Amino acid sequence: METMDARTEDRTESFLAHVQSGGLVETGDWMPDEYRKRLTKFIEMHANSELMGVLPERDWILRAPTLQRKLALTAKIQDEVGHAQLLYRVVEDLGKPREVCLDDLIAGKSKFHNVFHYPTRTWGDVGVIAWLVDAAAIISQKALLKCSYAPYARIMRKICWEESFHILHGRDVILTLVTGTDAQRELVQEALDRWWAPLMMFHGNPIPAEDDPMVRWRIKSQPNEEARQQFLEGYVPQVWELGLTLPDPKLRRGDDGVWAYTEPDWNELMAVVSGHGPASQERLAFRRLSRTEVDWVARTVLAEAA
Amino acid sequence: MSSPSRVDLLLDLADDELILGWRNSEWTGIAPFLEEDVAFSSIAQNEIGHARALYELAARELGTDADAVAFDRPVAEYRSAPLVELRRLEWARTIARHWLYETADAVRLEVLKASDDAELAGIAAKIDREEVYHRIHAEMWIDRLLGSDEGRPRLDAALDELWPYALGVLDDELRPELVTRVEAKLGRSLPDVDPVPRGKHETELADLLEEMTSVRRSAPAGARW
Amino acid sequence: MPSVYEVFRRERPGAAMQHAGSIAAPDERFAEIYAREQYGRRGESDALWLVPRDAVQEIDDFVDEFDLKYRRVDGYSLKERLKEARELAGSSRRDEPGTP
Repeated sequence: METMDARTEDRTESFLAHVQSGGLVETGDWMPDEYRKRLTKFIEMHANSELMGVLPERDWILRAPTLQRKLALTAKIQDEVGHAQLLYRVVEDLGKPREVCLDDLIAGKSKFHNVFHYPTRTWGDVGVIAWLVDAAAIISQKALLKCSYAPYARIMRKICWEESFHILHGRDVILTLVTGTDAQRELVQEALDRWWAPLMMFHGNPIPAEDDPMVRWRIKSQPNEEARQQFLEGYVPQVWELGLTLPDPKLRRGDDGVWAYTEPDWNELMAVVSGHGPASQERLAFRRLSRTEVDWVARTVLAEAA
Repeated sequence: MSSPSRVDLLLDLADDELILGWRNSEWTGIAPFLEEDVAFSSIAQNEIGHARALYELAARELGTDADAVAFDRPVAEYRSAPLVELRRLEWARTIARHWLYETADAVRLEVLKASDDAELAGIAAKIDREEVYHRIHAEMWIDRLLGSDEGRPRLDAALDELWPYALGVLDDELRPELVTRVEAKLGRSLPDVDPVPRGKHETELADLLEEMTSVRRSAPAGARW
Repeated sequence: MPSVYEVFRRERPGAAMQHAGSIAAPDERFAEIYAREQYGRRGESDALWLVPRDAVQEIDDFVDEFDLKYRRVDGYSLKERLKEARELAGSSRRDEPGTP
C-alpha cells in the first residue's frame, strides 16, 4: 500500500469531483493511480476481447458460402482487429506497452469477454454472433461514449459505428437462414440454444451502481443489469417474431417493462472468464502459436525501425 | 461475339484473385501486428472483390451467377496458377508471394488495359487502380525485409522457392518482363528454372475447395445463403 | 520500437481536420498504408493528416491571472447598461416632439 500524502489526497478528491460532475480526462492529465489502474485494466480487457473475438469467427471466413458473405465476414473481423488496434493504442498511452498486454493475454494473466471462450460449431453461430453478440456489445459500448476518459470515449464513436454494420450483416445472415430450408432454419435455432446462456451472462452479474468503483470514477456509467434489460427489450421480440425460441421458460416481459429471466450461473461466468471455458485454452494456445510464428517479424521489422 | 477463350481469360484472373484472396484472408486476425492485420485484410478483400467482378462477367457468358462459378466447379476446372494455391502461412513467404504475384499481375493488367475488348480493358483498369496500393504495400515490405539482417535471408529463400511458381502466373511471352522487373528490384538474378504452369494444381487446392464449399454444400444446390 | 503517428481525418471537403486516433508503424511508408486502411477504408474520410507524435508541440497551459475578460463575450454585461439606457430613453422621449 502506498500512503497518500495530503496533496495527493486533495488532488484525488478534486479529480473525483471533476469526473463525477461530467468532467473529462485527457492522456497527459494528472490522474490518481487507482483511476489509471482500473481504466487500463478495463480498456485492456476490451482490447483483448476484440482480439480474441476474432478467433471464433476467422475459420468461417474460409467457409463462407457466398462471395458476398465472405467479404462481409472478413470486413467484420477486420473491424475487430482494428478495434483492438485503437484500444491497445489507448492502453499504451496510459503506460502499458502493447507487447506486455499481449504477453499477459497469452499467459492467461488478463481477461477477455466470456462469449469468446465458446466454440463456433456451425454457420448458424456466425449469424448469431454477428447479430446478438454484437448487439449485446454495442449496448455496453454506446454507454462508454460517456466515459470520463476522453480518448477512450472518442474511439468508441468509430467502434460503435462499425459495430452497427456487423449487426446488419448478422441479421441478414439470420433472416436468410430462417427463410431457407428446414435444415438452415435449424442451424439458427440450434445456435441460439447454445449461445443464449453466454449472452445472458455477457453484461456481468448485477452490481448496484453505488457499489461499483467503475461507476464511481465514471469509467462506466451503465449498471450491468440495465445493459442486460436493454438487450432483452431490444432483441428478444426480434428473435420471437422470427418464430425462433429461446431456451428459458421464465423469460417474459413484465407489465412494468422489466424482463424476468432465469438467473444465469454466475459461477460459470467466473470460471469461463478466468480461462476455464470450453474453448479458452485452445484459443490461447492458438494465439501463443501464431504469436511465436510472427515473433521474428515484430522483432526485426519493428525493432530495427527505431 | 464471345469466344470460349474470353471466359478462360476471365477465369484465369478470377481464380487467381479468389484463391489468393482466400489464402491472404487466412492471416486475418493473426498477422504480425495489428496495423498490418487491418491493411492485409483490405488487400484480401480487394482480391475477392476483383474475383467477384470477373466471375460476374464470366457468369453472364456461361448463363449462371458469380457464386456458382466461384464455388460449384470441380477442382480440375479451376484455372488458378499454382503460386496462389500454396498454403504458406509464414510471413516471409507470404510477402514473397504477395510481391511476386502483384508484380506479375501488373504485367498482365497492362496488357489487358490495352485490349480491344472495351469491357475487359475497363475492368482491368478498375482492378489496377486498387492494385496500385497492393504494390506499394508489397514493395515497402520487400524493402524492409531486404534491409533487415534477419529478414533478408528469410525473404531470399522464399523468393527462390516461389520463383518457378511466379513464372507460371504469366504466359510465355510475358515472362521476360517479369524477370526484368523482379531482378531490377532485387538487384540479383533469380534461378533459371522451368515455370510451374497454370492448370497443374497443387494438392492444396483440393483441400482449400473442400473447406471453402463445406457450408455451401450442406444445403441442396440453389439454396440461398 | 515503432513510431506513433497521430492521425487526423476530414469527413468532407471544407470540413475541419479532426483528431481520429493514432497508429504505430515502422516508418512513414508503413504509416501511410496503415492509416489509409484504419481510418479510411469505408470512404469515411476525404483526407488524412499523419503527424509523427514527436512533431506535435502541445500547449495546454493558458494563464489569465488578471482576469482580462474584455477579450471574451462574458467580459461584457450589457444587460444592466441596456436597462439603464432604455429607462433613460423612456423618460426623455416624452418631452421630445415627434416621438410616440
